[in-house]
Amino acid sequence: MGSLKLLPVLILLGPAAALAQSPTFGLGRTPTAEEILAWDISISPTGEELPPGRGTATEGATVYLIKGCVGCHGMAGADGAAPRLVRRPARADRPNPDPWSLGRILPIRSPYAATVWDYINRGMPLNDEGILTADEVYALTAYLLNLNGLIAEDEVMDAQSLPLVEMPNVDNWAPLPDWAPGTPRLPGYAH
Amino acid sequence: MSSKQPDRRKFLKSGAALAGGLTMGAVEPAITEAPADEQSVGEQSVQIPPQEFPNYSSPELVAYGLRSHHVESVREAVNGRPSPDEFGLLFHIGTPLQDQMGSITPSALHYFGTTRGSFVPDIDPATHRLMIHGLVDRELIFTMDELKRFPSVTRPHFIECAGNRASPRHRRIIDSHGMTSCAQWTGVLLRTLLEEAGVQDEGTWIVAEGVENVKGASSLPMAKAMDDILVAYGMNGEPLRPQQGHPLRIVVPGFEGILSVKWLRRIKVVDRFYMTYNDYGHLRQDPDQAALSYQIGPKSVITFPSAGQQLSGTGFYEVRGLAWSGGGAVSRVEVSTDGGENWFDADFRETPQPMAHTAFSFNWTWDGSETVLMSRTTDEIGQIQPTRAQFEGGQDNSIQPWRVESDGSVRNGLS
Repeated sequence: MGSLKLLPVLILLGPAAALAQSPTFGLGRTPTAEEILAWDISISPTGEELPPGRGTATEGATVYLIKGCVGCHGMAGADGAAPRLVRRPARADRPNPDPWSLGRILPIRSPYAATVWDYINRGMPLNDEGILTADEVYALTAYLLNLNGLIAEDEVMDAQSLPLVEMPNVDNWAPLPDWAPGTPRLPGYAH
Repeated sequence: MSSKQPDRRKFLKSGAALAGGLTMGAVEPAITEAPADEQSVGEQSVQIPPQEFPNYSSPELVAYGLRSHHVESVREAVNGRPSPDEFGLLFHIGTPLQDQMGSITPSALHYFGTTRGSFVPDIDPATHRLMIHGLVDRELIFTMDELKRFPSVTRPHFIECAGNRASPRHRRIIDSHGMTSCAQWTGVLLRTLLEEAGVQDEGTWIVAEGVENVKGASSLPMAKAMDDILVAYGMNGEPLRPQQGHPLRIVVPGFEGILSVKWLRRIKVVDRFYMTYNDYGHLRQDPDQAALSYQIGPKSVITFPSAGQQLSGTGFYEVRGLAWSGGGAVSRVEVSTDGGENWFDADFRETPQPMAHTAFSFNWTWDGSETVLMSRTTDEIGQIQPTRAQFEGGQDNSIQPWRVESDGSVRNGLS
């Protein structure tokens, strides 16, 4: 009966629209909302999917110690075996260096604070990924941002405030090319 | 259980004895270490390798074969960084292109790349799932069995790591070019799955994510997703190897290797570039560099004779190599045997396929004088492989010169 009612609608839309809207093979099932929530850890650069939670740099300094970050990244993000997390002091003759010249320091290189959150959340600590709570990730993100002079020690980072942090590279990164099949890599470049 | 098992143990033991003998030299005969080796060893055992070999007729090797123990070609950690390291973490591992025959890399020798070091996960295909969600009309979750019921494709594609680059420091081809391999991949076109889910108009990018500890993820434009990205479960005729993403990965033909996400569990359709885990480290400041680092350019390399190899004398040689491009199939390969003064068309040894290594060859008679060998390729959309001087950055696809010395040794021709 339901399909009879749909018939006029399909005729109005035309066959192409009808094809585009219906599955062809009918394989697979619909995941539950809980299943999607459990697996969907993607955070967009502007932070729409950031979960509830909060943290400050002061709290993050403690998390950094007790969760073992310090063991690989060193005291206050410097001089560890793992990548450096804090910029070196600016030279007197170059007070405002290009952030790209400072090396691949996550909270400097990353054009968005939400990207720092996502990186820590999915990637840290090495081989123990997934143990950090949302509060701890907010606190660690705040700690790294504060170490690099981007926010104050007691500034609360949460789903609302974190995406508003102005990162030094926000307008200083190259978008990827507008790709199409069968096109050269770069117009005007023969190679 | 099997009556052949003692043979296998004997072989392993004698192998260990041989290794010990080699490191200890002639000072301590290996015989004391190898009682199982009595029949064939004497005081000469240190100099003469054991005559024993794996039992190629054993039930185990009948069930799943083994290459000859005379074949010694192996992968190597890239740039001397131990892989695995002391914690068992894998870093980049190069494929021995200098030994490769034809254009398909054996699965066991396919290069391995990683964003930050990897522990290779053990995933049971019976419980593995792929979820597609985000800006789609129908969110879907598939079992492996369901994915294998979709119409499939089987295609050869190379994968190449952004870390493959030329340098005068490289001593062998495995150092300069070892992070590219080509396999025959089998799976479903991502387009088929996305159409099943119904991508909404705002869905302009996807995020593909693995299930391993770190949940490695990459962003890809919808134009590529709807073109030729493969959701692959097969490699060279069998299920993917664990190091290559078992049981499921994507293969992004012609794009930098990091985008071919392994251990694939989730695809989220989104409305913008997500700058996720694998994307962040490959961000560029300059748009031209970003473009030149994305789709891989036309590239070729002579695999024989290549640096580290030795010509056995003057006379005839078949110069062999591989050519590929991220822009499509290669259409031409030229070879120079005089340092780039004269170029001649090489022969393809197979029909070039889009975004696949293609074997080429060139007949050459070496007269014993010093010279430099090079190859350059042109692809079907007219891009030409650059010289070092023409190369303007991005993924390194520059022409690699190999210098043949008068004693027949072959070295890196870059200085």
